[in-house]
Amino acid sequence: MSEGDEGLLAFVKRDCPTCTLVAPVLGELERAGIPLTVYSQDDATFPEAVSTRVDDRELEASWRRGIETVPTLIRVRGGEEEARAVGWVREEWEKLSGVSPLGAELPGWKPGCGSRSVEPGVAEALEARFGDRLSSRRVELGSDEDPIEAVFARGWSDGLPVVPPTPERVVRMLGGTSREPGEILGEAPPDLAPVTVEKVAINAVLAGCLPEYLPVVLAAVEAALVDSFCMHGLLATTWFSGPLVLVNGPVAERIGMNSGINALGQGNRANATIGRALQLVIRNVGGGRPGGVDRATLGNPGKYTFCFAEDEAGSPWEPLAEERGVEPGRSAVTLFAAGGVQGVLDQLSRTPESLAATFAACLRTVTHPKFPIATDALLVVSPEHARVFREGGWSRERLREELLARLMLEGRDFVRGAGGIAEGMPEGLASATLPKFRPGGLLIAHAGGRAGMFSAIIGGWPASGEMGSAPVTVEVRE
Amino acid sequence: MSQPRILLDPTGERAPAARGRAPRLASLAGSRIGLLDISKARGDVFLQRVEERLVAEGAEVLRFRKPTFTRVAPVDLRQEIASRCDAVIEALAD
Repeated sequence: MSEGDEGLLAFVKRDCPTCTLVAPVLGELERAGIPLTVYSQDDATFPEAVSTRVDDRELEASWRRGIETVPTLIRVRGGEEEARAVGWVREEWEKLSGVSPLGAELPGWKPGCGSRSVEPGVAEALEARFGDRLSSRRVELGSDEDPIEAVFARGWSDGLPVVPPTPERVVRMLGGTSREPGEILGEAPPDLAPVTVEKVAINAVLAGCLPEYLPVVLAAVEAALVDSFCMHGLLATTWFSGPLVLVNGPVAERIGMNSGINALGQGNRANATIGRALQLVIRNVGGGRPGGVDRATLGNPGKYTFCFAEDEAGSPWEPLAEERGVEPGRSAVTLFAAGGVQGVLDQLSRTPESLAATFAACLRTVTHPKFPIATDALLVVSPEHARVFREGGWSRERLREELLARLMLEGRDFVRGAGGIAEGMPEGLASATLPKFRPGGLLIAHAGGRAGMFSAIIGGWPASGEMGSAPVTVEVRE
Repeated sequence: MSQPRILLDPTGERAPAARGRAPRLASLAGSRIGLLDISKARGDVFLQRVEERLVAEGAEVLRFRKPTFTRVAPVDLRQEIASRCDAVIEALAD
């Protein structure tokens, strides 16, 4: 009998004591004239008691039938499964086969063993081999080609080694989301190529992500593709900026992100690879490459990866994503068009007024001290600085208002030629007073190690808001 | 573990999977062409004739020689050819 006909299918392996126990029962069924096919997972000669054995050591049939336990007995009619019994349960086997009594000398019930098709690593390999969920082009390597070098040679790397995206690894990565591989998230600039969940997963493999990071990477890609983020311009600009990913909510702790010591630096796999995966999606799916559409004069090292989590537990304020409209307890990413990190030192301020004055003085220099409105900024307040605001009773909103009040720029100071500096605003603005930051252009987050009265200003792109890029927050979907 | 032989394409698949050839020279005239002698017998004779033809077309010719045909060219030699030449012709066999 072949699959698709009427009858019974049994999946067994010699290595399973329950299977060897029921081997004589399978012989009984065959002798009773029941159409029976036995798929043997580990030994083509097992069970000797039946003649219609199929060698399933490649596990294709086991995988296609979704076998998790052996023995499993399935009744099919017209090729469709009608019922299945998992392990040895005499009553169920009798009902399925219509043969009774069955295995009279056996105990009435004995649990089975794990199917070889669901052993660790095997299930992914089987899906990669026999499944049809993946639609990306398969690139065959030369027999002597080193896979890591092959990825470099094809231009898929950002300059650092990547993990070769084998079908098995991509299947495993896709296990991190319930979203379908073919779902289209949008079009990646600059080529406006469709970005599918599968393409993101492939690039997440390249970047070194674990599957549980994938929902965060997907959210980051979705945020980058929102029109107001202006990813195309951000990529193409001669300015330093690239997308920074700030993660809020329970997912950050679940996947082990760093929001503490060296939060903006190296050393944490989730921080490092999530930001990198986003960049690789733009590079590979979008086709955005330095020297191509990426025209950055200098760039910045954050364009390899720039991702961290907010320290919510130690923060005097509500999470940044919550301030931006995400419900409490939900996870979200906020993308920001980040240039580089500028350190702010203040070891003597013990009042919020004094520390805010320091922040304002340093924020004034973002891009150029004579530039009002042009550039957004993300102020990352460290725990020791945040303590000053907590003790002073300043909310995040209060801090922002106080900063903006100290950051009103006078036209006489910022017009061209003022201060002996040719750069500046047109003469006609000499009597104007303008804010340093546009409304919504100053973000404040909390992160960093417990020691150090230092905070960070991360300058944006001097094309902000409707003129260029605005920060975008997107919820993480599991 | 055996090396993976199939990779899934991470790109937007707008370009062929096979790597493209390097851009062709628009013209030999004014180009700098390297001739690589791999140290096989009479390769130099062949390359001498190639050089005459290239010079006649207006190309500038630089001659290079591998220490032995049995091994790949040393990195220094490859880098020198890549940095000094617009194209290279390699005399592969005798």
